[in-house]
Amino acid sequence: MVKQENSERLGPIEPSPSSSSTERTVLNVNDLRTYFFTREGVVKAVDGVSFLLRKDETIGLVGESGCGKTVTCLSILGLISRPGRIVGGNVLLDGKDLLKKSEREMAHIRGRRITMILQDPMTSLNPVFTIGNQVAEAIGIHQRVRGRRLWEKTVEILGLVRIPSPEMRLGDYPHQMSGGMRQRVVGAAALSCRPEVLIADEPTTSLDVTIQAQYLNLLKEVQNQLHVAMIFVTHDFGIVAKMCDRVAVMYAGKIVESARMRELFHNPLHPYTAALLKSLPKLEGRQEWLTTIEGQPPSLLNLPPGCSFAPRCRQVDDHCLEEYPPSVIVSETHTVSCWRAV
Amino acid sequence: MLSTSNILLEAKNLRKHFPITKGFIRGRVAGWIRAVDGVSFSVNRGETFGLVGESGCGKTTTAKLILLLEEPTSGSILFGGEDILALSETRLKEYSKSVQAVFQDPYGSLDPRMKVANIISEPLVVSQALPRKAVIERVKQVLLEVGLEPKSINRFPHQFSGGQRQWIAVARALASEPKVIILDEPVSALDVSIRAQLMNLLKAIQERLGLTYLLIAHDLAVVKHMSNCMGVMYVGRLVEHGDADEIYQHPCHPYTVGLLSAALPANPDAPSAEIILSGEVPSPINPPPGCRFHPRCSHAKGICSEKEPVLRKVAANHFVACHFDLGG
Repeated sequence: MVKQENSERLGPIEPSPSSSSTERTVLNVNDLRTYFFTREGVVKAVDGVSFLLRKDETIGLVGESGCGKTVTCLSILGLISRPGRIVGGNVLLDGKDLLKKSEREMAHIRGRRITMILQDPMTSLNPVFTIGNQVAEAIGIHQRVRGRRLWEKTVEILGLVRIPSPEMRLGDYPHQMSGGMRQRVVGAAALSCRPEVLIADEPTTSLDVTIQAQYLNLLKEVQNQLHVAMIFVTHDFGIVAKMCDRVAVMYAGKIVESARMRELFHNPLHPYTAALLKSLPKLEGRQEWLTTIEGQPPSLLNLPPGCSFAPRCRQVDDHCLEEYPPSVIVSETHTVSCWRAV
Repeated sequence: MLSTSNILLEAKNLRKHFPITKGFIRGRVAGWIRAVDGVSFSVNRGETFGLVGESGCGKTTTAKLILLLEEPTSGSILFGGEDILALSETRLKEYSKSVQAVFQDPYGSLDPRMKVANIISEPLVVSQALPRKAVIERVKQVLLEVGLEPKSINRFPHQFSGGQRQWIAVARALASEPKVIILDEPVSALDVSIRAQLMNLLKAIQERLGLTYLLIAHDLAVVKHMSNCMGVMYVGRLVEHGDADEIYQHPCHPYTVGLLSAALPANPDAPSAEIILSGEVPSPINPPPGCRFHPRCSHAKGICSEKEPVLRKVAANHFVACHFDLGG
């Protein structure tokens, strides 16, 4: 409840390009560019990424490793360090540009209004502190509560992520818990201040299938309860189908296609999306050979001038090799960057 | 003796118990981790047997036992009808030549200080005395076999991408002309677009060279795609095994049903059978009495906590260890 008052305290909302939409836009990422200036050259890890996130909505960022999914999320949180730098674009949270905030102001936003769940709970939890300690830390810093009240809040949030008998488990150290339970603790710390945006960066990659299913269901329930908007980073289309309302497919630092989830599955317009969907082995029926995408993802150091997917694309022509395709709005909910759609 | 039979590799009642020691100087055994606890299965020549299960269920320990990296506590491993645990030193060398492995992490499994030529030729140099020229010839040959350029023999692993490294690992496994390759999570560290390439490659070389695979994976779609037969492991035991298609269509063990429903189909319109298994995998130190799955099972009755079910036949090539007939 503390949270909602906070967002109002921030003053009038600046006009944003999407404020006309019916559902409230929480986060608006606009032409974000994060480059890494390495000795070998400039690595354009995120190169003009734009998307909108509305209240109660989950957007999936899908792509292979190194395509810029995680760097996009870290840029939103202002966690890019040298040799990386955000060189352009803006990130509007409730209309306020996060990239213009000072480090001090960001420290108040991170962990309170935007939070993140990382991939591996063993590295995101500190092994020498109890889990109660670590969840309480986030609450204590951002909500300024202490003593008995802090303890109650910690128990409440651990109960919310279904840790059995949270009063008892508070004193446990991370190594005393299983992987699934640890990831729930990370979720508890992330949700403890009722954030507006939750970024989940492959939260279930290190979990087993049955535990993954439990965790995904839990995240959905908690989302419905707290009305948090989610950015879900994953490479697994199964998770996308289960969790996301909209999907943005990334390739070599750019969003190549974004659409409503079902639209993307039924009518993928970018050759990369279509090929990825076809290359998945299916549980039903039997196929002899899988459709493959030949070649390897490109190095971000020396990207070809044209479409970055062109060297692996089956429908490539001369135009693709010369110029990067513009973003084409196919329908209100579907955009794609491909010369074939122009 | 049985070399004419179709079964190439067979595990019989295989067990591996690791001791838990307590005490600082003279450790006393305080308990046992029953990592693999009575597993039997057989792999046909030229086919793929898939082992699925969650982490800690004993899949990898089973693979290590077959690779002779661990000594079984009891049970036997038959290769072409011969018990390899009773083989002489020289015959054992022969066996380790014909059973090779590809591991999950292509970063950890290739020595960063060795050149590709040395990595791939190592199994050859260890197992047979060949002239250097013949070794290099063979290395080039296997590189071509997996679709890498023979001129890359002088490069180091770091000069390859993660996907290509796994190709090198496959080439190394092929070098000593094995009959069986153990694939321990071969694609789980790879990117989506590379996975399909590797699965196709593995299938193609299996067809071309008549190889037999033992595939270990947690991704059911991968196991389904690659395997002829499969086994589902739970806390050191096989709970269901048989023909892969048959198990996918008619899973009989409640754990298999739960695993299948937890697997996420990459299709938003697929009817989602929401049977989410509650709870977690029990520890193999103190497995629950009776059926090891009963604390998580929604069909559990009194008998389940008392008597351990044995594998019984439900169809031509389909066995399940459950007290009840839950075939769907």
